Parts: sequence; C-alpha cells; structure tokens
Amino acid sequence: MNRRLQKLRQTVGMLLLAGATSAAAQSATEAAIAEYHEMFGDENPAELWEIRGADIWLQKRGPLKADLTGCDLGLGAGVIAGAYAQLPRWFEDTQRVQDLETRLVTCITTLQGFSEEEVLAVKFGDGAKKSDLEALSAYVAAASKGMAIALPMQHPAEQSAYALGKDMFYYRAGPHDFSCATCHGESDKRIRLQALPNLTVSAGAQHAYTHWPTYRISQGELRTIEWRLQDCLRQQRMPQLKFGSAVAIGLTMFLAKTAEGGVMAAPSIRR
Amino acid sequence: MADPMRIRAKMAGDKIDVRILMSHPMESGLRKDGDGNVVPASYIVKVSATWQGKEVLAADWGPSVSKNPYLAFRFKGAAKGDTLTITWTDSDGDSRTDEAVIA
Repeated sequence: MNRRLQKLRQTVGMLLLAGATSAAAQSATEAAIAEYHEMFGDENPAELWEIRGADIWLQKRGPLKADLTGCDLGLGAGVIAGAYAQLPRWFEDTQRVQDLETRLVTCITTLQGFSEEEVLAVKFGDGAKKSDLEALSAYVAAASKGMAIALPMQHPAEQSAYALGKDMFYYRAGPHDFSCATCHGESDKRIRLQALPNLTVSAGAQHAYTHWPTYRISQGELRTIEWRLQDCLRQQRMPQLKFGSAVAIGLTMFLAKTAEGGVMAAPSIRR
Repeated sequence: MADPMRIRAKMAGDKIDVRILMSHPMESGLRKDGDGNVVPASYIVKVSATWQGKEVLAADWGPSVSKNPYLAFRFKGAAKGDTLTITWTDSDGDSRTDEAVIA
C-alpha cells in the first residue's frame, strides 16, 4: 500500500514536472524570440522604407509635377502627424471610407496625375521591384508613433464599414470552412510556436494592429496591413482579396476599432 | 539609383560605435521568381569606411550576406564632429556613398 502510494506520488510528480518543462520551453522560446528582436534594437530596416517614403513625399513627380505635401490624410492638407492613428475614415471628396493605402492612391492620382494602374503596378515590393505605396505607408505611419488609435466613427459609412469587417471576420467559407475567428477568436492559442493574438479583444487587437506596417525579417520587406489581410485570406484559401476593396477596408476598420486606445508602434520589426 | 544608407556613428568611450543599414536586394543568383526564371545575381562585393582619407574598414562580401544588410563595427581615433564616409559597390558595378557626422 505504502509502496503503491509512493509510486503514484512519483508519477504525479513527474507529470507535473513534464507540464512545467513544456511551459518553460514555450516561454524560453518566446524569450529567445524577444531577445532576437531586441538585438535589432533601433536598427530596424523599416527605416530604409521611411527614408525612401519621405523622399517620395517631397519629390515633384508625375504629369502634374507635384509633390504630396498637399495630400489630405484626414487631418488637413499635408498633416501626417497622427493621421495614421485615425484611419480608416470617411473622406468627403471621394465619398468613401478609405484606409491609408487607398488614400495615398487618391493623393498620387489627383495631385500628381498618375493613373491608378501606374500606382498599383507594384502594390507589394519584392527585392529590386520596390513599392512606392509601402515606402509612403512606412513614412506616414511613423508619424503616428506613440499616438493612441482614435477613429472618428461618426459617419454612417464608417459604421457600416466596421459592421462589414466584423461580418467578414466571422464569415466561414472556403475549402477549409475557415474564418479569421477560427485562429484569432480565442486567447492564449498558438500555431506551432507562433502565438496567435485574439483579435476580438482589445489587448490582442492592440498587440497586432499597433505594429503594422512592419519589417518582415523572413521576407526582407516592409509590409502593410493590406498585405497582412490578403495573406490571411490566402491562408484561409479564400478568393484573393482585392486591394482597397470594401472588405479590405472593413477588416482594417474592425481591427483598428477593436484596437482603439492602443499606442501606435509602427513601423516595427517582426519575424 | 540605389537608396541611401542609414548610418549612425556615436562615441562610446574612446571608440566610435558605427551602425549601418544598407538598402540592397542581395540576390544570390540562385533564387527563381514566380515564373520559374532565375533572378540574376546582384549583391554587394565591397564595403569601405573612410575617415579623414584613411580606410578604417574594408570588407569583401559575397552572395550569402542577407538582404538589406546591417553592419556594425567600432574603431578608434576619431572625434565627435568628424565625418565618416561609407561606400558599397555591388556585383553590377553600382555603388552608393553616404556620409555621417560622428555624434
């Protein structure tokens, strides 16, 4: 009897130990990733995109030979400080809700006279093929660093964009019957060693949203939230997300609204 | 034309702490694009840092260095306010030179 009890105690002890070790291994991995990110410190290659974006912003380009300093991102012509923290929002001149990228397209086409096809020829950069939109996004987003996300959310179109985004987030479809919420609807989940933020709660959405645009180490490129969303839908095997579509802006709106109050830290650096 | 480098040069005791971010695709010549065509090699082969006409660092690089390379080094002798010049040359013969003032 005594011996059996001892054996039981040993087994329970070992099980507890095993649980503790795997938890320790998990946090050790996360700590190692955090240390890896810290080693980059303030040497984030995203700065190369910021510098290029600032340069493009001030250059006189296009058929109209104009720079972008007259671009209204919601806070008045040429104001970029804090603009990204208040997007997406309704714009009276275009009569639609726009996120940063679609607004930049509007500015480039109306102020500089480029055609939309020319601007959208390189949406996402790849090595020597560089995207002006990504560079401009990095430059504009950096001017909101340290500012809290605060969406106007006054216009009915902004509210319906949010509602559409929310519907899309929970919409299950495709060959895997997946929705965004399948992976991002619960806290403390992970896929392999990758922690999955719960995007339906404030803390999780803030953790994710405040870091975009970000420099993806694995790609050697700076990526915007538009890129992130189209890649999410690709992973779900959904139809390809159209750049600047109502769904893309709706999802951005849903994430930004859920992350409201979060302090912008973009451009950041991610795996 | 190549994009500018981001150079930080700061005094750290009697040494100068230099940190450089270069914008370069660093194609190894082994990668294929979406259509299956080989992406031609294009990578930095030489990096040089000069201070008052004197080379303080020379590096021979190859295709195994990462995209958008980050280079950090320290050297002795310079003072606050001095100018440091960094130049890279790639396998296509393109080059880029940028300057930084030591802070």
